[in-house]
Amino acid sequence: MSRSVGRNVVRKDGTAKAVGTARYVDDLTFPGMLHARTIRSTIPRGRIVRMHRRFDAAGFTIVDARDIPGRNLVSLIQEDQPCLAEGEVRHAAEPLLLLAHEDRERLLQAQVEVEYAPAPALLDARESTHVFKEIRIARGDLDTGFREADLVVEGEYRTGHQEHLYIEPNGMIAVPEHGGVTVYGSLQCPYYVHRALCVLLDLPEDKVRVVQAETGGGFGGKEEYPSIIAGHASLLALKSGRPVKLIYDRTEDMIATTKRHPSTVRHRTGVMRDGRLAAMEIDVLFDGGAYCTLSPVVLSRGCLHATGPYRCDHVRVSGRVVMTNTPPNGAFRGFGAPQTLFAADVHMERIAEQLGMDPVRLRELNALRPGDSTATGQVLGADAAALDVLRAAVSRSGFHRKRRAYRGTGRGIGLSLFFHGAGFTGSGEVKLKSRASLELTPDGVRILVASTDIGQGQRTVHAQIVAEALGLPFEAVEVAAADTSIVPDSGPTVASRTTMVVGGLLKRCAEEMKARLGALTPRAYLRRHGPLVITKQYEPPPGLVWDDDTYQGSAYGSYGWACDVIEVERDPVTAGTRSPRRWSCATARWPTAS
Amino acid sequence: MTPAFRPIAFVLNGRRVAVRVHPLKRLLDVLREDCRLTGTKEGCGEGECGACTVIVDGKAVNSCLVPVAQAAGTRVTTIEGLHGRHRLQAAFAELGGAQCGICTPGMILAASTLGPKPTLDEVRTGLAGNICRCTGYEGIYRAIKAANKARGARREARGEGREARGTARARTAARRRRP
Repeated sequence: MSRSVGRNVVRKDGTAKAVGTARYVDDLTFPGMLHARTIRSTIPRGRIVRMHRRFDAAGFTIVDARDIPGRNLVSLIQEDQPCLAEGEVRHAAEPLLLLAHEDRERLLQAQVEVEYAPAPALLDARESTHVFKEIRIARGDLDTGFREADLVVEGEYRTGHQEHLYIEPNGMIAVPEHGGVTVYGSLQCPYYVHRALCVLLDLPEDKVRVVQAETGGGFGGKEEYPSIIAGHASLLALKSGRPVKLIYDRTEDMIATTKRHPSTVRHRTGVMRDGRLAAMEIDVLFDGGAYCTLSPVVLSRGCLHATGPYRCDHVRVSGRVVMTNTPPNGAFRGFGAPQTLFAADVHMERIAEQLGMDPVRLRELNALRPGDSTATGQVLGADAAALDVLRAAVSRSGFHRKRRAYRGTGRGIGLSLFFHGAGFTGSGEVKLKSRASLELTPDGVRILVASTDIGQGQRTVHAQIVAEALGLPFEAVEVAAADTSIVPDSGPTVASRTTMVVGGLLKRCAEEMKARLGALTPRAYLRRHGPLVITKQYEPPPGLVWDDDTYQGSAYGSYGWACDVIEVERDPVTAGTRSPRRWSCATARWPTAS
Repeated sequence: MTPAFRPIAFVLNGRRVAVRVHPLKRLLDVLREDCRLTGTKEGCGEGECGACTVIVDGKAVNSCLVPVAQAAGTRVTTIEGLHGRHRLQAAFAELGGAQCGICTPGMILAASTLGPKPTLDEVRTGLAGNICRCTGYEGIYRAIKAANKARGARREARGEGREARGTARARTAARRRRP
């Protein structure tokens, strides 16, 4: 049988990208297309008194909240965020008014003056009493743990906003057609955009079509925000009756779109003299920004990773995410976990220092092993590879030798051991009920999923999985565009779920297709039996039980394990740092992309 | 009323073109909108990311910083000008040099000006003005190395000597240096 998984294949979209023919949203044009622009608030909090138009409106399409045919909200978890501000402003760069014109120069020159009644802004998360979500995870008995401990180590760790910096800025084109709207855009989650547009525009599902254009990176930054841009472009398109292109420039993208949640994480840890962790008390605070967006889920993942990949019998994690008058924060690679993992692993270094212990030894002693259970009581299987990746990274990087050699020089070497839950948190996958389809073609098969290739190689990995399961060559597997008019809802392209969860569904589709084909070639099957499409829906693996109320059970179906080592060198002239070498040890299905 | 502009002529991918646009229009926009070549990408619009890199008279430049008037009389090469036949293009596609792909055309064009056998340090310096957010650069370096190796092998097979392109490399290094 031909092997595809674990082998280096040529990525499906590699040639189009290297040759320059891959089409991103800004590369598309439609007849009669208008360009669009968003007028945004310049204050963090207040009331809009009046908006003065300081331009000749001839040829312009102008949209404000009153033009919204459906509900003025960005449909996600809480219904708190308007698509266009109405009366009240909750953060700087909040969208107020939309303009479109066929001449981009005139569009950019149009001036709108906004009169506000400003109010005092809340900018410090520690002072906020508006809580979007609170989470508590408890295991064992904290008091018992601290009583047993020989030493208590405390620390507070903070991280700030972080920008995704995908190289292609956000953008959408909305085309009014068939009594509804089709949007083409740079996005991760076609069905998020689809749902948001149905609510905003008051259109039935079959009148809204969302098509992913080639997407120049996402990193979480194109998970929920594209729903807003698609909404804005669609409102203008429906009002003008013409296609509307709304592309952010870099400045607007950085000012207005979501960022990683700033965090403050406090650790209080009871430790035995020999290095074993006896008690972990962890307090997590995330700054959610002005609206809820995905903050509850971000907090959830943050809290579930807050212990780091370490075992301890007595744990309490208390987390909350709060409102401030800053632009809303949202999805960003790792989704809350990098903040808490950073805190956990810096804290491990602090513990090692206080114990006078080798930090690798401390991690080896406490790393989660097969058979151990996490803070939520999830018993880990044989694939809990924390020790393996730690040892591999330490030995490949020459960690111990270098650590000794660099002492007292301007150089240093450090490591971070971490894990990452694959797929949606807790019962998320069960609620999503994702579907994937496989269609027989004369020369092989075509994959129909709403998963998007945003550079991570979804098309290629899915094709590898299907080719291997069917015993077909990799080249015989096509991947359809993520277009809601032809693909089922496979859930969003987030949470490291695309390969494992959607890939798993495709594997099941391929296995059934193989059985149906029997000894027939695809062409022969189609001739004899007609078209064949197989669709599978997510089913949780047996034994996976999760309780949303108590935060107990299997938080994730499976975990990835990794250890990064990095060398840092200080430049005595600039006082900056440089990282001449780094090592990363983990496991992979497609070596070229990892 | 759109004022009438005098034509600005240059050689684009080997063909003479003349555009009647505002002389301060960015070369990037002229290429994408007036010449309909969308392989050149905009990442930042301020000369930081290099996604819009094109080659003007042998030098890699950020087309978002060039008013089209400055391109008058020059030879401009965009990714389309490599016709998919450049060894770097195949190597980028095969060896993980392209992921999301938005930096790829600029990266390939910049890499094509680095001379026949750049060292890893020369590649790093030469590409310092091209930002990639996906690959961590390892796939890009791997592709450039493989492309140059293939080229060397072909040349040796043909019995040709290696041409010296030290000057091009020095120019690139000078351009990439930041204050």
